[in-house]
Amino acid sequence: MTATLTTGQPGPALAHDAAATLAASRPGLARRVKNRIATAAVVGAVALTAVPLALVIWAAVERGSARLDLTLFSHSMRGVVGQGGGLLHALTGTLLITAATAVIAIPLGISAAIYLTEYAGRARLASLTRRAVDIMVSIPSIVAGLAAYALFSLLFGPGTRSGLAGAAALAMIMIPVVVRSSEEVLRLVPGDLREAGLALGSPRWRVIRKIVLPTALPGLTAGAVLGVARIIGETAPLLLVAGFTDAMNYNLAEGRMATLPVFIYTQWSAKGLDTAAYDQRAWAGALVLMAVVVVLQLAARALPPQIAKIRRNR
Amino acid sequence: MKGAAIAVALVLVGVLVFLAVNGSPAFTAGEGELPAHAKNFLALAAPLAFGSLWVAVIALALAALPAVGVALAATIYAPAPRFGRFLGAVLDLLAAVPSVVFGLWGLMVLAPVMVPLYEWLHAHAGWLPFFSGEPSVTGRTVLTAGMVVAVMILPIMAAMCRESFALTPPALIEAAYALGATRWEMTRAAVLPVARSGIVAGGMLGLGRALGETMAVAMVLSATPDLISLNVISSENPSTIAAFIASTFPESTGSAVSALIGLGLVLFAISLVVSIAGRRIAKKGAAR
Amino acid sequence: MTATVPNSIGAAQAGSPPKDRGGAARVVAGGLDLGQTASAAGLEAIVGGIDPRLLAAQAAPAAPGSMSIQNVSCYYGAHLAVADVALEIPGRAVTAFIGPSGCGKSTLLRAINRMHEVIPGARATGSIKLDGVDLYERGIDPVSVRSKVGMVFQKPNPFPAMSIKDNVLAGLIIRGARPRGSAADELVERCLNRAHLWEEVKDRLKKSGDSLSGGQQQRLCIARAIAVQPDVVLMDEPCSALDPISTLAIEELMRDLARDYTVVVVTHNMAQANRISDITAFFSLASAGQPGRLVESGLTADIFSAPKVAATRDYIDGRFG
Repeated sequence: MTATLTTGQPGPALAHDAAATLAASRPGLARRVKNRIATAAVVGAVALTAVPLALVIWAAVERGSARLDLTLFSHSMRGVVGQGGGLLHALTGTLLITAATAVIAIPLGISAAIYLTEYAGRARLASLTRRAVDIMVSIPSIVAGLAAYALFSLLFGPGTRSGLAGAAALAMIMIPVVVRSSEEVLRLVPGDLREAGLALGSPRWRVIRKIVLPTALPGLTAGAVLGVARIIGETAPLLLVAGFTDAMNYNLAEGRMATLPVFIYTQWSAKGLDTAAYDQRAWAGALVLMAVVVVLQLAARALPPQIAKIRRNR
Repeated sequence: MKGAAIAVALVLVGVLVFLAVNGSPAFTAGEGELPAHAKNFLALAAPLAFGSLWVAVIALALAALPAVGVALAATIYAPAPRFGRFLGAVLDLLAAVPSVVFGLWGLMVLAPVMVPLYEWLHAHAGWLPFFSGEPSVTGRTVLTAGMVVAVMILPIMAAMCRESFALTPPALIEAAYALGATRWEMTRAAVLPVARSGIVAGGMLGLGRALGETMAVAMVLSATPDLISLNVISSENPSTIAAFIASTFPESTGSAVSALIGLGLVLFAISLVVSIAGRRIAKKGAAR
Repeated sequence: MTATVPNSIGAAQAGSPPKDRGGAARVVAGGLDLGQTASAAGLEAIVGGIDPRLLAAQAAPAAPGSMSIQNVSCYYGAHLAVADVALEIPGRAVTAFIGPSGCGKSTLLRAINRMHEVIPGARATGSIKLDGVDLYERGIDPVSVRSKVGMVFQKPNPFPAMSIKDNVLAGLIIRGARPRGSAADELVERCLNRAHLWEEVKDRLKKSGDSLSGGQQQRLCIARAIAVQPDVVLMDEPCSALDPISTLAIEELMRDLARDYTVVVVTHNMAQANRISDITAFFSLASAGQPGRLVESGLTADIFSAPKVAATRDYIDGRFG
């Protein structure tokens, strides 16, 4: 139900008057142009972000698909000069080294995060650990490679190169990532859940194991997956300490071990005469590596929404 | 649990100790013991440190505005929240592309395309020190390396900016609009002042990443390690600490390795200063 | 010219004399054209008992700043939040929107200066005329609408990085037209005076707006809104975050503002609506999730003493909402 209560319909003269003031209050040309320029700049920035990504993906697909054949996945580079050959040895090496890294970094990182959120409070060790994590995040990856090289030279003699050394270097990069993301996820677990458990008389470790960790599990998993995605493309430290070989090596503890990123690098840097064959293999390797990274990203994204926060923290 | 926290702290201590023990002999090493025929460590480190900073600053200069712009697009300018999320996914993907892939792309795709631009810059702006001298015929220059690194740090900086833009109080956005502001005027009045420290902190984070960036630079740049030059389009380019380590290390032994580890310490120190500065700025902004 | 604005009816209650700011003669032929705009039911509601005050209002010329809302519906995406509202808002008077939470009164208020559409996916249909000009007409820039129709929000929102003085000038600073020197000082003093704040802040104009109390901040926001010379000031529950004393100060200010501006206020507080408004519009919704509708509107005195619709009576008696 409506009631009309105004004092009158504005006449034409008034309408004209009002239209004129409204028109006069329209932003001036300078303001409109500035606004347009700003909008155009924002659109341009989006283009500057999306275009390189599209170009890189396109380059990898266009130049790498030529060698995306069965041989690529079934052969190593052993004895290959020129055409043929594959990256089986590098793929195997990447899987082994990444697995070893994950085995070191994920339990250590999550445990440290549990200590920081559930036990430490404002303890001095906690602030020390947080500071250490802050510093480790800013370690350039090549410096992590140098540190691992120094460590393994000390333990096993100078010039030692092995898959394990590579894993040690990557763990230095991955640990702070896992600690940070896990800490953030654990903080999202509501405090009253913990209190409810404690109020029932459960000891602290039981509350953590039975209530906190299951609640945080999807987030912890996503953080771990993103940590893996972060290190799986690392090249420099592996080039230093895992080295490179053309042949298969299943032994993490001994001998040089090829990895996918280093394979890409060496296909370019140590070319034979038939340069096209090497370039094609490099791009095929890049395509495979990017596919792996995309799958990891999608996997982390498929996990529940708390993850949005972690991703930003990387 | 406590043990894990101690272990994490010990890992860092270990990194510092191993680097210091293995790298310190280099600081006093003389001629003949160092790579690149350097007379002493300073003569080795100074041009490389210059190169690292030079490439990083160029990358930062190229990436800063686009990073702010794309962060605005994902938050304030997004026509719908879904667009913001989509843009976030694009940025995450860009951040996840391995640096060796960027290196390959920069060197084989981007560099050749840039050659005509460099020739044009030399012909028309050759009086500037950046564009004087013969332009490179391969395009593998400091500027190309800077561009590639810019693409790599853009998503990191954009993520920081996005976070601080998203924290703009909606009340201020409404206040500005209700006063008859255009979208840009609203952004300048309500969004940017509050986010200023976040933008600067993002820039520092990007700078830190750019300093440590290794493979893309090592592959794209055709470098002369003992050179200090402002020229960004020449075939004679300074190298960076990280790229020099990566390209020299595999063939080095003995005192040369120790020199490279010493360089690693220098790089670490520079990155640490930048990252601490960035965190300070971010904290100061958060407190305000 | 002697103008008897509808304001006088309400003004009598609040004890603030009506005053016409308008310069040119704005006599409108025909006066109130009830037949054209009112629905049959609405007509009945009014004509049912002809009110002499209303007749006086009919004879009066239209005060500038009067608005006419027709067939307005507001959406959030596909969700219809406000359905088909028709309402006349007299110029230079206080109109109050009341109703239970979720009835769409704030949404409608935000549609008036096209702030509703700032939210992604939100839009409004229908027509809202200010002095006969449709603000939703194609080609009308929402930015210009907002500089003629100002707004004050529930929570005071001065710009934290600006001084008190700059906050008053914010509307001009934002559009790159910062006044300088004595022009700026005069404008600041005039607007702060108008917002009943000058005496309290004149010695600390350079201080941040954050240093003020909530009630002072809200008056600062009102000064900021009128500094850009709007015709209409919209207020979205301006007192709900304030203490009783600050509330009283704002209420007084609203009455005073109605001498020069058309004031539309959304309020949860029925006593407040009764105290300050000339016209009251009651909104409601059938149930949660249903769109809000205008149930009844009229002279405040009538709505509160003799509502025509049972729902209004129930709400006013505190039986729901």
